Amino acid sequence: MSKIDLIILIAMILTALWTVMARSLLRAAIGLALTSVIVSMMMYRLNAPLAAVFELSVCAGLISVIFITTISLTQPLTWSEIADHAKRRMRRFWLLPLLVIFTAILVLVSGVNFSLPLPSPEVEGNVRNVLWNLRPFDLLGQIIILLAGAYGVVILFREIKSK
Amino acid sequence: MGAWFILIPLLSLMVISLFSQKQMKTIAFWWIILLSLLQIVLAIAVNGNFWNGPFPLINFEIFADQLSRLMLLSIGIVLFSTLLAAESWIQEDERKFNFYNILLVLLAGMNGIVLVKDIFTLYVFLEITAVASFIIIALKKERDGLEGAFKYLIFSSIATVMLLTSIALILLVTGDTSFTGIAAGLKASASSPVISLAIGLYLCGLFIKSGLMPFHGWLPDAYAASTSSVSLLLAGIVTKTVGVYPLIRIVYSVFGFNSPIQNVLLLVGAVSIVFGALAALGQNDFKRILAYSSISQVGYIIIGLGCGTPLGMAGAILHLFNHSIFKSLLFLNAGTVKAESGLRNMDQMGGLAGKMPVTGATSAIAALSTAGLPPLSGFWSKLAIVIALWQANYHYYALIAILASIITLSYMLSIQRRVFFGKLANGLENIKEGGLGPTLPAVILAAIIIVVGLFFPLFINSIIFPAGSIL
Repeated sequence: MSKIDLIILIAMILTALWTVMARSLLRAAIGLALTSVIVSMMMYRLNAPLAAVFELSVCAGLISVIFITTISLTQPLTWSEIADHAKRRMRRFWLLPLLVIFTAILVLVSGVNFSLPLPSPEVEGNVRNVLWNLRPFDLLGQIIILLAGAYGVVILFREIKSK
Repeated sequence: MGAWFILIPLLSLMVISLFSQKQMKTIAFWWIILLSLLQIVLAIAVNGNFWNGPFPLINFEIFADQLSRLMLLSIGIVLFSTLLAAESWIQEDERKFNFYNILLVLLAGMNGIVLVKDIFTLYVFLEITAVASFIIIALKKERDGLEGAFKYLIFSSIATVMLLTSIALILLVTGDTSFTGIAAGLKASASSPVISLAIGLYLCGLFIKSGLMPFHGWLPDAYAASTSSVSLLLAGIVTKTVGVYPLIRIVYSVFGFNSPIQNVLLLVGAVSIVFGALAALGQNDFKRILAYSSISQVGYIIIGLGCGTPLGMAGAILHLFNHSIFKSLLFLNAGTVKAESGLRNMDQMGGLAGKMPVTGATSAIAALSTAGLPPLSGFWSKLAIVIALWQANYHYYALIAILASIITLSYMLSIQRRVFFGKLANGLENIKEGGLGPTLPAVILAAIIIVVGLFFPLFINSIIFPAGSIL
């Protein structure tokens, strides 16, 4: 593992921790988008640029838009509620960073080698072929999921906001 | 051509959403009724060549055998019943319109699950159905409905992580995601510990989706907290399509049978049968008792699958179909009682059969079929499972299946006695039978239970055994 990969891995863990421990939903959504950006960098480094593009466009882009739209339809908390919420989260998750560090040390010390048979570098020449000829069903499925998610946000949150 | 059964609901949702609910509410209802009836007729009448035929322009790879057709039939029947009941139960126009729209997403998702032949595409359609299920449970917009949806969301997310990790590991080892490609790849590397881990994770993920013990935490709350029409849909077909059907399909078509997989299936099935039945005994809530009964009955399907014999497979598939029908009927009747009396606590009910004769009679038929009494359909599927267990030398499991049937009979009779028989409870003097909406599907479902039971040899030879052996 090169130094760049190590930096990317640590950055991903930090943004993921920030997402879980963030004091507000909006910050958590931004944290998740940042994590997705870093994961897409990792995918690019692992010879999977097509997956990286999808991670960046769908997870960091589209999903974040849906999350932020949903959050904008909810009732914002007052400052005191935010402070209480942050305290509760810290009480609940203070062990999480320690757990991550402990797991990392454990993996390093034990010298575990998963020796998984990694696939050969992905052939990225023809995205159109992958999407439309090889995996059209998955593409259709993802369209339905996004449509269902957006529809769910509209029907579940619009009425609550109007009330 | 099978891809149309995914695309038409999706296109319908888009078109219906373009117009206002006032314009489209009635059209949406009749359109989905038409779609469900079309699905029922085509699933019965048209063979696999029609379903597997090419789709214009885009290469959607569809795989429909007898088992897929049986699932399409069950989906059509339960959807039809739910629609008729919901039309009468849901009062607010906006909620009714939203319910119909989400039904279209559910229909596309469930049809996709039973028509795909790729493990990743299966995962995508499982997620579509899961997302639609969260929304439809939360439609109630009350604390218990949101809590049920949230629990389902958390459990389902854990299952999703397991399934996706498993798919990634399988892809790493076999280099393929199609059912046939994975099955060939797994034979070549059967002893790999990575594959054992992948299979374990996949089975656990599907156990959670099926609501089997000890992975059942979400199920009673999701069933009991949702509105009557949603619990009818969830218990009748959704849980079976997202959990039980993929288990049968993946174990038979992809993983294959070996001793560890069979032992896991038998153990989880037996634990679910016994503890589901025992938990059902202690409930007072009409819907909660049915929810725990579902866990127990799904256990029968899994234990039949765990046999690993053609008869066990046939019993499991028949019980899957039967359970869809009689559990839909029981939830339908629970919904009718709730709609008419406003009650779910069985201690406050009694003597309703006199006031609600259709609901009472059809409920008795469903209860007796659940308990496995001849000549109703539930008897034959349980008999096939018990004989298969005995023939495969799983005598203890056969004994557990028989003894749990007695517990099932006791809690099912308890429902009948506390809700429908005896003296009419105070305050229920003015109660009347539900309208045509819930009673028509109740009569149809009861008729299916009786007809399948009476014409069982015809049914098992023409549909069930081919569904079991084609895999």
